[in-house]
Amino acid sequence: MNRTWTLTVMRMRLAMRNRAFFFFSLFMPLIFLIGAMIFIGNHRQWVGFVLGDMLTTTVMGSFWGLSVQLVTFREQGILRRFRLAPVGAGPMLASSILSNYFMALPVVAFEIIVCRVFLHMQSWGNLWAIFLLITIGSATFSSLGLIVASVTNTMQETQMINNLIWMGLIFLGGATIPITVFPAWLQRVSLFIPAQYLATGLQSAATKMATYREVGEDMAALAIGLFVAFEVSRHLFRWEPEAKAPRSAKLWVLAALVPFLLFGAWENVWGTRLTRVNRNFQALSRFSANMRPPTHH
Amino acid sequence: MPEPIIQVGDLHKSYGTVKAVRGLSFAVEEGEVFGLLGPNGAGKTSAVEILEGMRTPDSGVARVCGLDPQKAGLAFKEKIGAVLQSTSLPDKIRVSEAIELFASFYRRRANTNDLLERFQLEEKRSAFYSHLSGGQKQRLALAMALVNNPEVVFLDEPTAGLDPQVRREIYDIIEELKRGKKTVLITTHYIEEAERLCDRVAIVDQGRVIALGTPRELKQRSAGTTRIEVRLARAITNGQLGRLDGVSDSREFDGTYVLHSSRPPQTIVALVKQLEAEGNELQSLEMFSPSLEDVFIELTGRRLRD
Repeated sequence: MNRTWTLTVMRMRLAMRNRAFFFFSLFMPLIFLIGAMIFIGNHRQWVGFVLGDMLTTTVMGSFWGLSVQLVTFREQGILRRFRLAPVGAGPMLASSILSNYFMALPVVAFEIIVCRVFLHMQSWGNLWAIFLLITIGSATFSSLGLIVASVTNTMQETQMINNLIWMGLIFLGGATIPITVFPAWLQRVSLFIPAQYLATGLQSAATKMATYREVGEDMAALAIGLFVAFEVSRHLFRWEPEAKAPRSAKLWVLAALVPFLLFGAWENVWGTRLTRVNRNFQALSRFSANMRPPTHH
Repeated sequence: MPEPIIQVGDLHKSYGTVKAVRGLSFAVEEGEVFGLLGPNGAGKTSAVEILEGMRTPDSGVARVCGLDPQKAGLAFKEKIGAVLQSTSLPDKIRVSEAIELFASFYRRRANTNDLLERFQLEEKRSAFYSHLSGGQKQRLALAMALVNNPEVVFLDEPTAGLDPQVRREIYDIIEELKRGKKTVLITTHYIEEAERLCDRVAIVDQGRVIALGTPRELKQRSAGTTRIEVRLARAITNGQLGRLDGVSDSREFDGTYVLHSSRPPQTIVALVKQLEAEGNELQSLEMFSPSLEDVFIELTGRRLRD
């Protein structure tokens, strides 16, 4: 635990010295917030929903950041030096996840405060649920990113696979486009996307439109996904730049998605998630319509 | 008689069709500075990385401090320190942070300030790794290898690519380890390094030990001959030089004729006379005392830097 913590602190220091980190972690969310302010206008009831989306995007950013960082460290031979020391793959990976999480917390707090104070979000939302979802979600998507880093051999390959997965996460998971606008079959597909559980959970927690049980389901999906993804990433971890991952290793990405495939199947057959998501979205839309100024003829 | 601190027996390691290590065997006693001397591609790094636990051998025995490096896990790493052939650290880590970070991984830790002073890095303690010169990076790598006061230190080509001044600084550090009776296994292709630093040297070629002994013992193999290296205006057959007075061995490497002579003055006189008779000219002539390079040439017919 001591080694994990020491590495975590060091990684945070290194991140603070990296201009790219500040750009992607602080400046970009600020741009999104400004965009959100313009988009929302006077429709304050949407602020919580949009906050949920922004928090989801912020947390999922760890997927990109950690995979790229791990591949860079491996390609530059930095991991080799750590391999000589009495440090295993577990502390190396856990410290990546923890440092990323701690660095994301101020950004998350900043986004919540801006939404509440400047965008006049109607309440603070369910802060405990937000905190737990951010905590578990950050670790889950970090682990998924670490798996990609372990099954790819070059930075080019990493970025290609990252882009493919990222597209699915960001556009099908409900974090940028509300799944309510999807055709029914695509809504059903989105139930298999890991981002769905984080996005729905955070939207519900920020708007206070879900019960504890419902948010608990989102947390459970993410937590099981985290456990499987972390173990897979630990199993696949490679220290050496020349130790190439066999093609079969890429199948482990699918293994890490098994919990979400199972949750997706369950939701498709027995669950009520789609009904809830559509109901909440329509409620916000109705509220929005009622708030429109009367039309004068 | 105590068991050797490093034992290597009939070690084999291949990468695909390339056989890097082919039956390597040697033993290192506690407190000894032991050198693996050989050209690039001789299998030195593969052997050392097997001993560091970084690679798994195909077959054979490798034991360090009585432990199997591949199976002993983290407990084994507490006992060793190492400088890799190429050490990389994050660009934005500071010198003192790197030492403190790596020290924190071990139960037994050296004092960071002591290490900074010992390796002349005090002035650079707050410098980023990316801002260090090659020599400073290598001194830092050495300091990091000693953060746990290891029982065995592995140094893989510790001065490769460094300028002569920095190389001498590194030699001083290794000599300090030697005075401190630290067990050091060093790989190198620099003759001077092996002769100056090592108590015993194993000359390695094509994955095998081809000669082993103290530098003095090995040099005695070349029977006290002096190496004379000459370049001529026009090429001649090697056999002509081999018949010169005092010459015991003659070889040609890329236009340089390397003669081993037991009577250098007579050899040079005979050489000049022969060249005059043939209308050839001497472009350069250098003489060297017997060295491990001569042993390597005698044993392999090649130079170390080939």
